[in-house]
Amino acid sequence: MRPLEIAHLAKSFGGLQVLQDVCLALEPGERRALIGPNGAGKTTLFNVISGVLAPSAGSIRLFGRDAAGLPVHRRSLLGLGRTYQVTNLFADLTVFENLLLGVQAVEPSRFAVHRPARTYRHLVARAEALLRDWGLWDARDALVRELSYGVQRQVEIVLALARGPRLLLLDEPMAGLSPGERVTVSGMIRRLDGAIALLLIEHDMDVAFEVAGTITVLHEGEVLAEGEAAAIKGDARVREIYLGAEGMFRKGG
Amino acid sequence: MRRLGTAALGAAALLGLAVAPRLLSSYYVGLLTQVLIYAIFAMSLDLLLGYTGLPSLGHAAYFGAAAYTLGLLAQRAGVGFWSALPWAVGAAAAAGALFALLAIRVRGAYFLMITLALGQVLWGIAFRWRALTGGEDGITGVPRPTLPGGTALSGSAGIHFFALAVFVAVGLALWVLVRSPFGLALRGIRGSETRMEALGYNVWAYKYLVSVIAAIVAGLAGVLFASYTGFVSPADLSIVTSARVLLMVLVGGAGTLAGPALGAGAIVLLESIVSTQVERWMSVLGAVYILVVVLCPGGIVGVFQAARGKGALG
Amino acid sequence: MTFWLIQVFNGISFGMLLFLLASGLSLIFGLMGIVNLAHGSFYILGAYVAVSVVGATGSFLFGAAAGVAAVAAVGSGLHRGLLHRFHGRELAQVLLTFGVLFIVADVTVWIWGGNPLSLPKPAFLEGSLRVGTLMFPTYRLLVVAVGVAVAVALWIFQERTPFGAAVRAGVDDEEMARGVGINTPRLFTAVFALGAGLAALGGVIGGPFVGVFPGADFEILLLAMVVVIIGGLGSLRGAFVASLLVGLLDNLGKTLLPDLALFTVFAPMALILAVRPTGLFGQA
Repeated sequence: MRPLEIAHLAKSFGGLQVLQDVCLALEPGERRALIGPNGAGKTTLFNVISGVLAPSAGSIRLFGRDAAGLPVHRRSLLGLGRTYQVTNLFADLTVFENLLLGVQAVEPSRFAVHRPARTYRHLVARAEALLRDWGLWDARDALVRELSYGVQRQVEIVLALARGPRLLLLDEPMAGLSPGERVTVSGMIRRLDGAIALLLIEHDMDVAFEVAGTITVLHEGEVLAEGEAAAIKGDARVREIYLGAEGMFRKGG
Repeated sequence: MRRLGTAALGAAALLGLAVAPRLLSSYYVGLLTQVLIYAIFAMSLDLLLGYTGLPSLGHAAYFGAAAYTLGLLAQRAGVGFWSALPWAVGAAAAAGALFALLAIRVRGAYFLMITLALGQVLWGIAFRWRALTGGEDGITGVPRPTLPGGTALSGSAGIHFFALAVFVAVGLALWVLVRSPFGLALRGIRGSETRMEALGYNVWAYKYLVSVIAAIVAGLAGVLFASYTGFVSPADLSIVTSARVLLMVLVGGAGTLAGPALGAGAIVLLESIVSTQVERWMSVLGAVYILVVVLCPGGIVGVFQAARGKGALG
Repeated sequence: MTFWLIQVFNGISFGMLLFLLASGLSLIFGLMGIVNLAHGSFYILGAYVAVSVVGATGSFLFGAAAGVAAVAAVGSGLHRGLLHRFHGRELAQVLLTFGVLFIVADVTVWIWGGNPLSLPKPAFLEGSLRVGTLMFPTYRLLVVAVGVAVAVALWIFQERTPFGAAVRAGVDDEEMARGVGINTPRLFTAVFALGAGLAALGGVIGGPFVGVFPGADFEILLLAMVVVIIGGLGSLRGAFVASLLVGLLDNLGKTLLPDLALFTVFAPMALILAVRPTGLFGQA
C-alpha cells in the first residue's frame, strides 16, 4: 500500500494559482526529494498533504485512505510525520519532554490526568531510546530554547520520528546549517529506518542526490520532471530553471 | 536539594495558615481566608494561561456563576450549602462548556477580547435582571457550610479551615494534573499548537477540556467566596475581578502552581493595606498594575527562578 | 408606527456615537493588537474636560476641541511612553491599559467629583426638527451627521491617502510594512492618538444625552468591544455596520426588555461568534 498518492492536485489562493495538476506517488520506503526554485509551491504542497491547507482540486490518499476532510491530527495518527523549515519545537520544555510529547501522541494515555507522565515507563523508555540512538542523551534536560541551532534542527527531526511514522515530510532539514552540521543531519536522514517513506524538500542539490533515490522537480506549481536522481541531474530543462541560482550544482552548497 | 527546600517552605506556609486562627485576630484570619480562596481562583486561571497559553479576561464568569447559584438557591429556595454546592459548581462548568465553544476558536488578543465580552454578558445579566439577581444590591444571606452535626461554620476559624482544606485538596489535584500526560500536552499546546497537531494531538479537545476544568475550580472558589462573605454581587462577575485574578497569576508567576498562590497573597494583602491607608487607592492599584508589567515579567516565582524564566508577559 | 421610527432613529444616533469609539478601538486592535481597556477612559476624559471648558468659556465648540486635543495628547503620550515598549505582548498591554483605566477613573472622581455632571447642548441645537408627523431632536441629528462625516473622512483617509495606505499595509502585514520603509512606531502612535481623539469626541458629543458620570467608561467600553467583535478587527466597514446594529439592538432592548437589555446585544454577538469567529468583516 502506497503511503502517499497525489492525483491532479491544485491549490489557489484567490487569484493566485500556487499548485497546478500535481501528481506524485510514493512507494513504501521510497526516498524522494522535492526540488525547485523558491516560490515553486513546495511548502504549500507539504501544507496540503499534512492538512493545514485544503486543496482546491484533486485528491490525496494517505496509506490508501482518502485524506479529504481529515484534520491535521488525524492524518498524523494515520502515520504521517513532518518537520518544518523554521524550527517548530516546544522551546520552554526540555529535549526529553519534547520527545515524550512525541511518543505519547498516539497513546490512549495522552488524556490521562490522574498520574504523572513519567510513570508511564514504556513511554519514557521509548523517549530515552530516541535520545540515545540519535546522540541527544547529554542534551536531554536542556531546554530547547537553550540549544544551539544545529542541535535544534536535529531535535526537529527526531521529534517527528517519535511516534514511528511511516511517511515523513522533511521541509528543508538543512536550512541554515553549517557544512559540518549538514554532514551530521544528512547522516541522520540516511540512517532513518528503511521502511519509512521520505519526501524531502531540499535546496542543496548535492544533499538531495545523496539522500534521495528519486526526484520530483516542481516549477511554478507544476511538476516539471520526475524520475531517478541521475536522470534528473542530466535533464536539460532542470538545469535551465536553475541557471543563475547560486550554488545549485556546486559542491558544498 | 532545591525541591526539598521548596517543599519545606510550602509545608511551613501551610502550617502557618493552619495555626493562624490561634494567633491572629479574626480580621487577619479573614484576610488569610481570602488569600486561600483567591489562590484557588488564580490557580484555575493559571491552568488556562500559564499552562495552555489561553489568556482569559473573563474568568470571573465562572467564579460568579457558582457564587450566584449558591446565593440564589439559598435565598430563594432555602437550599443549604451542601445541597447547593453541586448545582453551583455545575453552573460554573456549564458556563465554561458554553463559553469555551465560542472562545476557543480564536487565539491571542482576540481570545482575550472575546472572553472579556462573554464575562461581561454574565455581569450585565446580573446587573440588569433585578427580578432574578437583585441587580446591584446583590444577594445576601449566603449560608456557610454545615458540619455533620448540623452546626454551621459561622466563625472566622471554621470557614478558614474549610477554605484551607479545599485549597490543599485542589492544590494536590492540580499538582497531579499538571504532571500528567494531559498536563504535558497543555504545555506543548502553549509552546506550539501547530506542532502538537502535526504530532497527532487533537488540540481543540485539550483546550475545551482544560477550559471546563478551570471553570469548575474557579466555581469552587466562587462558592467559597460567597459563603465566606455571605454576599454575592455583580462585582463578582465583573472585569475588575477577572483582571484582579489575572494580575495575581502574573505577579506570582504564570506556569507554576505556587506562583498564583503567592500572587493571590501579595495582591490581597496589598489591596487591604492600600484601601485602608490611602484615599486614592484606585489610582495606586492602577499604578500597581502598570508597575508589575513594567518591572517583573516573571513574577515572584520568576525572581527565584531567574535561570528558567520566560514570563507569560514576554 | 411613529414609536418604531423614533426608536430606530434613536438607535441609529446611538450607533453613530458607538462608531466614534469602535472605529478607533478596531483600528488600534487591528493594527497593533492592543486590547485598549482605556478606550472608555478616553471617552469620559474627553467629556469631563469639555464640561470644564464649556463651563469656563460658554462655548461648546471650544469645549469639544479642548476635550479632543487633551485626550489625543494623553493617548499619544501613553502609547509612545508606555504601550509601544510592549509591542506584540498583548497580555502586558492589556494590563497596562487596565491600570490606566483605574487611574483615570479615580482621577476623574478626584477632580470632578462622583456626581453625574451635565454637558449642556449648544443653544442652537435645542429643540427638534419636524418631518411630517415626526419630531427628531436636532441634537441627535447632529450626532448622526458627525458620525457619518467621521465615517466618510476615515474612509477617505484610509483609501485615498498615503497615511491610510500605510495603516492598511500595517494591518495586513506589519513586518512587510516595516520592510518597505513605513515608520511603524510613529504610525502606531499616530493611530492610537487618533483613536483616543475619536473616543473623546464621542464623549463630548455623547455627553448631552448619555450623561457624564463615573462608570460611563465601563459601559461604553463594553458596547464598543461588542461592536468590534461583531464587525471584525481592523475593519472600518465592519465597525460602521456593527455600530448601527448594536446601537439599534441596545436601544430596542432598553426600551422593550429593560431587564434583559444587555442580552439583546450579547445574544447576536454570541451567534455571530459561533458562525464567524473573526466578525462580519474581519479577516479569517
